Amino acid sequence: MKKLKLSLLVASSLLSANLVAGELTVVSFGGAYGAAQKKHMIDPYIKETGTKILFEDYSGGVAELKAQVESKNVKWDVIDIEYIDVERACSEGMLEVFPHDKLPKGDDGKAGKDDFIPAAIGNECAVGNIVWSIIFAHKNDLKTKPKTVADVFDTKKIPGKRAFRKRPQVNLEWALMADGVALKDIYKVLGTEKGVKQAFAKLDTIKKDIVWFDSWSQAPQLLNDGGAVIVQSANGRIYSAIKKDKSDFNIVWDGQVYDLDGWAIPKGSKNKEEAIKFILAATKTKPLAGMQDVAYGPTRKSSESLIAEEVKPQLPSAHLDKGIKASAEFWADNGSQLGEKFTAWLIKK
Amino acid sequence: MPNTDTTTNDTSDHLALNSEHTQKYNQAIRREKTKALVLVLPLLFFLIVFFITPIGYMLYRSFYNPTVANLAPKTAEILTQWQDISKLPNEETYKTLAYEIQQLQKSRLSGKFAEEVNRRLPRTGSVIKRTARKIKEIELDNVKNYQELLTSLHEKWGKPEIWTGIRSASDKFTINYYANALDYKLEPSGEIVKQSEDMQVYLPILQRTFTIALIITLLTFLLGYPVAYYLSLIPLKKASILLIFVLLPFWTSLLVRTTAWIAILQSNGVINQSLLSLHIIDKPLDIIYNQFSTILAMTHILLPFMILPLYSVMKGIDSSYVRAAQSLGANPFKAFIQVYFPLSLPGLSAGALLVFIISIGYYITPALIGGVDGQLISNLVAHHMRSTNNWELAAALGSVLLVLIIALYWIYDRLVGASNIKL
Repeated sequence: MKKLKLSLLVASSLLSANLVAGELTVVSFGGAYGAAQKKHMIDPYIKETGTKILFEDYSGGVAELKAQVESKNVKWDVIDIEYIDVERACSEGMLEVFPHDKLPKGDDGKAGKDDFIPAAIGNECAVGNIVWSIIFAHKNDLKTKPKTVADVFDTKKIPGKRAFRKRPQVNLEWALMADGVALKDIYKVLGTEKGVKQAFAKLDTIKKDIVWFDSWSQAPQLLNDGGAVIVQSANGRIYSAIKKDKSDFNIVWDGQVYDLDGWAIPKGSKNKEEAIKFILAATKTKPLAGMQDVAYGPTRKSSESLIAEEVKPQLPSAHLDKGIKASAEFWADNGSQLGEKFTAWLIKK
Repeated sequence: MPNTDTTTNDTSDHLALNSEHTQKYNQAIRREKTKALVLVLPLLFFLIVFFITPIGYMLYRSFYNPTVANLAPKTAEILTQWQDISKLPNEETYKTLAYEIQQLQKSRLSGKFAEEVNRRLPRTGSVIKRTARKIKEIELDNVKNYQELLTSLHEKWGKPEIWTGIRSASDKFTINYYANALDYKLEPSGEIVKQSEDMQVYLPILQRTFTIALIITLLTFLLGYPVAYYLSLIPLKKASILLIFVLLPFWTSLLVRTTAWIAILQSNGVINQSLLSLHIIDKPLDIIYNQFSTILAMTHILLPFMILPLYSVMKGIDSSYVRAAQSLGANPFKAFIQVYFPLSLPGLSAGALLVFIISIGYYITPALIGGVDGQLISNLVAHHMRSTNNWELAAALGSVLLVLIIALYWIYDRLVGASNIKL
């Protein structure tokens, strides 16, 4: 029994060894985006402070975060979260409140709080990191090329599979757009029971032609290996496939749902102070401008002067009139309920 | 009389000796038992920690959910006094809830509260969340009429329905999750009714899971029986080489095997490309991300579980029985059906039971290549564990599955006899 106790003691001390201070677990979405973050945010910070950073991937959503917080076993210290999820995560107590008044000045000397675009620090739990967008893309050798969201939902005009991310967000918005609802009314209509029915009915028309994926990194891959002729994707993933891998893809901005991503700290993180320091450093003018590597726009005004001319037309901000901003508030209020409906719809034949 | 005495003495002496022996014998037995117990102790410990406790906890979680009662304890208490649910609760209730929602909003728990109530009464989550956002800034001590306040924040507070939702969500013990797992719902009034048509998912999926498991069992039998039969007939040396081909996939990672199927079946995969280039088809077949690919891949993956027990039983069947039957006038077919097949039944039972029970709980393959109509019940359990965080419903679904499997095993035991299984 004593030996057992001893070995348990050894085992537990080994387990807790990786919780020592000066270590930070940062999670983000991986792929080209993760690489850009590593280059401009993670590596410079490691070099400057000597902090050991474990940089991991996840596929978004609040589920994993919620599981960690509720089981009081928080392994993550900093998380890259989509703003469409941040309102819900913050209001359900999954994130720490972030001290926005500590944000440092921009490189042009403007006070931190004024330098950020308002939406970036609009939520008390997060600091905006990028402006990105969900768009659709296709290969250039496609016979009839989709021009609008309505084309995505038109399998007669363009036969073949469409790949969508397996969650109601964006898909329901697109279904309404394709059904002719005006851009400014999307969330108003989706807030009614009739509107939800309308959206699902529209999705029904292409249900058998949809391939569902879980992680953004699957989108360019599905397009590449012919798993789908049109894919829903984060714009940066397609941009990077075109630029780095010389893929013959084309981005269509019609119906783009743009959103912010931000850094936040899971509630109960064991390295909260260190996490705050990291976020403050990672959201300075220069690191934010570095996200142009994957065509994601900066959340600081002072970063804009650092964006290369040829990247500018590839940023979501160059196409604002063609789409809508994802509503974090709408999805905070209706996320779980529509999620349930979506799952039930998905399973039904 | 003395005689009798002696006899008695003799007997008692005899008895004394006997009882001493018995005692020693019992002691020895007890020692052996203790030794055996010590030996199985690690396993017992393992089972209790990693098997019995989680399952017990799962069963417990499937009907115990104190979240709402813990988050808003005063509201939960005051609502128990609310009798006539066709009328609105009193002003005191409104006041209590207003304060508790504000408190929850400040500690950023109002969202959790709303989500929990929403599970009991859909479409109320957004009402609570919107109210919570607005109530944050209001100085509640200066409010005169709390009912008016809440109703002005959201009109649904002016109807009793949402209150019934909160009240039933504050019950610490509920059978709602079991009702949900069987496509029923527990109305706030306590009535159990069928879910609306578009929300009925679990029973059809359970049915699909059992159908697919049956199909897979049948397919593995049809494919595996001849293989095992052939293996049992050929010389041992040859058989062990051929057995490697059965075992090789068995040793390969499950993920690798499933991914290999993706490479074979996808739109521009091996099959489609060959058929296209031979002009047999003019557009790729839909043979992946559906029920078909799930059944195909699972049959492949589970085939060794059928072949191995069959082979081990067939190996032990004395071929002279069949020969005897034939020499007594049975034709080869009759000899096989009436003599050989019954003898191989223990292996078949074991294989079928293994394949069937493993496929009922299968998760990875349907998750990767099941698309939409190939999803099985475990995928839904995982969905509720990982995506919706509705662990209570996941637990209820798991328990339903557990009960069904135990019931099936019981029926099987009745029909075939569990002792008849040979591995």
